[in-house]
Amino acid sequence: MKTTPEEKDIREDIAWAQINKDVMKSLESPRPIFWVMVAGALAMLAVGVGCEIYQYNVGMGVSNKNNSHVWGLYIATFIFWIGMSHSGTLLSAILHIMHADWRKPIYRFAEAMTTFSLMTAGLFVAVHLGRVWNIYWALPYPNERGVWPNFQSPLLWDAMAIFTYLTSSIIFLYIGSIPDLAICRDNTTGWRRKLYTVMSLGWMGTDRQWRNFRKTYLLIACFLIPLAVSVHSIVASDFAMSQQPGWHITSFPPYFVAGALYSGCAAIITLFIILRYTFRFEEYMTLPILDKVARLTFAIAMVWTYLNLIEYASVWYGHDQYSKAVLIQKATGPYAPFWWAMNFCGSVVPFALAFKSLRRHLATMMIVSLLLNLGMWLERWMIVAPTFSHGYYPWTWDHDQWPSFVQWGIVFGSFGWFGLLFMGFCKLIPSVSMYEVKEMVYHRTLERRKGETEWKGESA
Amino acid sequence: MSKHRIMALFNDFDAASLAITELLDAGFKGVTRDDITLKSPIEHPEVERVLGDRPVYVQRFTFFGALLGGTTAFTLISAAQATFLMQPKGGKPIVPIPPNLVLTYEMFILGAVLCTVLGFLICAGLPAKRSSLYHVKVSEDQIGVLIEADERVMPSIKDLFKQHNALEIKEEIRK
Repeated sequence: MKTTPEEKDIREDIAWAQINKDVMKSLESPRPIFWVMVAGALAMLAVGVGCEIYQYNVGMGVSNKNNSHVWGLYIATFIFWIGMSHSGTLLSAILHIMHADWRKPIYRFAEAMTTFSLMTAGLFVAVHLGRVWNIYWALPYPNERGVWPNFQSPLLWDAMAIFTYLTSSIIFLYIGSIPDLAICRDNTTGWRRKLYTVMSLGWMGTDRQWRNFRKTYLLIACFLIPLAVSVHSIVASDFAMSQQPGWHITSFPPYFVAGALYSGCAAIITLFIILRYTFRFEEYMTLPILDKVARLTFAIAMVWTYLNLIEYASVWYGHDQYSKAVLIQKATGPYAPFWWAMNFCGSVVPFALAFKSLRRHLATMMIVSLLLNLGMWLERWMIVAPTFSHGYYPWTWDHDQWPSFVQWGIVFGSFGWFGLLFMGFCKLIPSVSMYEVKEMVYHRTLERRKGETEWKGESA
Repeated sequence: MSKHRIMALFNDFDAASLAITELLDAGFKGVTRDDITLKSPIEHPEVERVLGDRPVYVQRFTFFGALLGGTTAFTLISAAQATFLMQPKGGKPIVPIPPNLVLTYEMFILGAVLCTVLGFLICAGLPAKRSSLYHVKVSEDQIGVLIEADERVMPSIKDLFKQHNALEIKEEIRK
C-alpha cells in the first residue's frame, strides 16, 4: 500500500543540513509567545512561592489541613506529577525497544517532561512536611539520629524509588542528547559553545562512539521500563498497603501505572501542540505523528477506564461496607461533582480520540488533552480526599473540609515551576532529536528505494 | 618513522564504504581494519560489513553494576535492621526478606544504570579532547573516513580518496 505525502510521519526529502538548521533555530529565536509563556510560568511560580513562604512562616494550619485530611492537595498533586513522568519512559524507552521510529522527533521533550515532572513531584514532599527544614529526616540513613527508618514502609520505598527514577531519567535524557549537543557545539558561538563543548564530552561521531552509545541507550531503556512500573506501583502501595477504606485494593498498582501512562500521554499531546507552534516544528511534529500519539492515548484511556470500573466493581461486590460507604460518598457526597467530572474527563472525553478528523485537529486535541489531564488530576484528588473525609470511625469524618487558597496556590505554582523548567530546557537543549530524525529520514529513504527496486524487478 | 593520520569527507555512507573496501583490498602495507575509523552524523551499524565485527562491552559493566547495587542495598538495609534490636518486633523477623527486596530491586537498577554510564564513558573513550581531524560537516550530513598509517603509504591513500570523489582531505602528523 502506498503512503500519501499527508500520511507520512516525516518528509523523506528533507535535507540533513536543514534539520540542523531548523532545530538550532529553535534555540535562538522561538516565536514571541515563548516569552509570554515564560512570563506566565514565572507569575504562577511566584504565586506558589508566596503561598509556601506564608505557610512556612505561619504554619501548616493555613493550608486548612487537619487530623482527618492530613495529605490534601499536596499528595494528590505529588501523585499527579509522578504519573506525568511516565510519558518519557513510555515514548522513549518502550517505543524505542519496539522500534517504533515515529517517536523520534518527539521523544526528547517527553524525556524532559519525565525529569521535570519528577523534580516538581519532589517539591511536594517537602511542602507537605510543613517543617521543610527537617526534610533530611526522610533520608533513610540508619540509626545515628535515632529515627529508626522503617524499611518495611512504602513511604521509604517511595523516596528510594523516586531518587532512582530521577537519577536514571536525567542520565537517560543526557546520554541521549550527547550527539545533539555536539551538533550544538559545532554550530554556536560564545557561552553556548563553551557550554555545549563541556556537555558533549568531545563527541566526534566515530563508529566506536556510536556503537557504545547505542548499546548504552538500549540498556538504560531496558532498566527504565521496570523502574517506571515499580515507581508508580510503590506510590500505589502508599495507599494500597494501608488499611484505609477505598485504598486497600490489590488492583491499585496496575491502576496507578495505567493512570500514569494515560496522563503522561495526554501531556505529550498538550506539549506537542505548544512546541510545534512555538518553535516552528511543523516539519517534524507532524499531524500523522500526533495521530499516532492520540491513538496510543485512546488505547491507554480504555485500559484505565477498565481498571477504574474493576475497582468500583470489586468495592461494590466486595461486601466491605466501609469501602462501599466511601464509594457512595464519592458519588453522592460533597466530592460528587469532582468525582463525576473525573469519570467524564477520563472515560468519556477520550472517545473524541476515536475519530481521525478530531485527532488531526490541533485546537480540538489541545482541549481534549487538557480535559484528560484535568480528569487525571481529579482522579488523584478523588483517591486522596474522600477516604480521609469518610474513614472507619464517624468521629474522624470531615465532609466539609476544603483546601485553603494556600494549597491551591502551591498546586498552581507547581505548574509554573514545571513550565519554567521545561521552557528553559527547550531553549537550551534541542527539543527535537536531530540525529534521530536524520536516522528516521535515512532509513525510510532506504526502505522506499528498496520497495521501488523490488517493484521494478517484479514489473520487469 | 612518523605516523600520519588522514581524514577524507564523503557525501554519503555508500561512497565512504566503497572507499574503505577498496582501501582494504589494495592492501597497503601496515594498514589494517583497526586503523580505520568512520565518523558519521548517524549510526551506521552496516559499517561492520567492511570493518569487521567490533564488539561492545558496556553490558559487562551493567551486569556488575546491577549485582553490586543489589548486594550493597540488601547488605546495608539488613545491617541497619540488625541493629534495631531495641525495637520490639512482635515475633516478626528482624531482617524481613520480602520488603527488603523492594529496595534491593531499586538499588539493583540504580547500580546497573550508573555502571552502564561508566562503561559507556570508558568504552567510548569519553570525555575526549576533540581531534584536529574533525569537521563540523561530520555532525551535519557528511561521512568522514579516518586512517592512521605510515607516511610512505599516505600519497597512495590520498589518491584513492580522490578517485572516490572525497569532498575534502585533511592530514595530521603524529610524532
